[in-house]
Amino acid sequence: MLVHSRKGRWALWALFLALFLPLFALPLGVILAASFATHWSGALPSGPTTANYQAATRGSSLQALGTSLATALGAGLLALLLGGWSALAAHALGGRRRRLMDALFVLPLAVPSVVVGLAVLVAYSQPPLLLNGTPWIVVLAHTVLVTAFAHQSVTAALGRLDPAYEQAAASLGARPWYVLLRVRLPLLLPALNAAAGLCFALSMGELSATMMLYPPGWVPLPVQIYTATDRGALFTGSALAVVLMATTLAVLLALSRLRNRASYR
Amino acid sequence: MSGGIRFENVSVAYGATTVLDRFDLGVEPGEVMALLGPSGSGKTTALRTVAGFVHPAAGRVRIGGRDVTGLPPYRRGIGMVVQQYALFPHLRVEENVAFGLRARRAPRREIPGRVAEALELTGMAAYARRHPRELSGGQQQRVALARALAIRPEVLLLDEPLSALDARLRSGMLAELARLHRELPKMSMLYVTHDQVEALTLADRIAVMDKARLREVGTPQELYRRPRTEFTASFVGGANLLPVTVTEGGILLGTTRLDVERGESAPGAGATLCLRPHLIGLGEGPNSLAGTVREVQWRGATHRLHLDLGGRTLTADLPELRTPPALGERITVHFAPGDAVLLPAGIGADANPRTAPGTSPQGALTGAGRADG
Repeated sequence: MLVHSRKGRWALWALFLALFLPLFALPLGVILAASFATHWSGALPSGPTTANYQAATRGSSLQALGTSLATALGAGLLALLLGGWSALAAHALGGRRRRLMDALFVLPLAVPSVVVGLAVLVAYSQPPLLLNGTPWIVVLAHTVLVTAFAHQSVTAALGRLDPAYEQAAASLGARPWYVLLRVRLPLLLPALNAAAGLCFALSMGELSATMMLYPPGWVPLPVQIYTATDRGALFTGSALAVVLMATTLAVLLALSRLRNRASYR
Repeated sequence: MSGGIRFENVSVAYGATTVLDRFDLGVEPGEVMALLGPSGSGKTTALRTVAGFVHPAAGRVRIGGRDVTGLPPYRRGIGMVVQQYALFPHLRVEENVAFGLRARRAPRREIPGRVAEALELTGMAAYARRHPRELSGGQQQRVALARALAIRPEVLLLDEPLSALDARLRSGMLAELARLHRELPKMSMLYVTHDQVEALTLADRIAVMDKARLREVGTPQELYRRPRTEFTASFVGGANLLPVTVTEGGILLGTTRLDVERGESAPGAGATLCLRPHLIGLGEGPNSLAGTVREVQWRGATHRLHLDLGGRTLTADLPELRTPPALGERITVHFAPGDAVLLPAGIGADANPRTAPGTSPQGALTGAGRADG
């Protein structure tokens, strides 16, 4: 422990709470409170109800949740494949070409997501690459946005992977493919899992690029929240937000349980 | 299959640094060759050119007469054991050992038998179902050995395999390796180590390396009893290296005339006298030397004395003394004529400057210090 005196520890806790509560707990707590309210005119919400949740888990809202899940799972999986592959490829290149490829793949992080949305929209609005108006354009834009994170986390894990394992495998007569499938990927599994979780969570909450692209009939939950609050349905929006948070959290928890089972050391 | 390894003038360079310089050495089928040298001497690089992880800038590497210089590691048919074991953490012991057989597509029904055989050979049969993390360091190293042996390689490469183990385990594993060598007489072993005890114990021949170069090759006995360079003398076994003058009448250490075989040294030339600390006796005798006691170290079975011989330090390991001499006392020691080796200056000049004539007493100290391994 860094601080030994009892007083010092209490002071640290106080400082931590002073920072944590207003920054993280308060906004989320307010959303949670609002999602159960019918009015909020004083300091505290009033008229407790579960009607907001009934609205949030029905009809177009339920459909939006499904849309978000499908988009995030699709984009997360694609990003994991592309980002993992690109990280492995960049690692094999080495030197200047590796740095170039790493830079290329984190570029979408430097570009505002609205710009990425616009770029994808412009690029895929003309035949033969006509994806505009289909759900695929949303999945595509999300994939472009989150692949950078997959690439980065797999790159970091590859850097930590002891080359002695690959070399031991090669000396035993394993071809590069066999080494990849039987040694490297299994050892990278925890990192791949973490990357998948990150990509999924980011895609679940993506709004700005999605706003530029989403076709009718493929409205993800963040867009639904935005439109609900935009038309003044603040409490329904809050309930939708809680549903979005809870779903994302549940998937992340499931992934982390898998990860714990897959970690060896 | 004939086995054996042949280095033909192998050079390896990283940028402007040469890490292996025209390395030429043959390992006979069934022979244990130790590559012995300090860190940075190029011994591991030499081993890795055989494994295929380092590509020579010049020269060829042959395994069993076959030129493997351009072959990728997985087509070389070698077994390799490294210091940090590198067992696959996600696979059980038996799966680790079966890895090479599966990768080489050995007939499926043969695999369990050969895995059991390899585990039996290294005494790890009882641990087949464990994961590597559930094993101690010594056990992991045995599994790594079993994994390398399961593919029945012609050549086994061992890269400091015992360095990560504690002293007691190390001597146990050394005996195991010697037994393995007897049980697998056709397999060549290339054993990289910086520990002279390991090399002396295990090897049929030792190749002494320093600064990217091969310095000397010979049987352990040859290198220990008749080293040809100062580097070998101090690195294999530890030695006092005393500058002497060769005259018609005999060998002069300062003004003391010594009775030592002159060998190839020409009269009038300088030479270095190599004298093992434990071959020095207390009292008068042939080749008496008088010196002042500078330091006394009690090491249980022996007393190590550092004597000042008119500016030169002489290290002597004497069987435990009942009354060790006091510091500053003047005592006489001696050595038998056959126990010292005269190194001609010409060859000596090739050696490590740290142990060259005329360096500080520290040089002789560290040289002798390695005697304990």
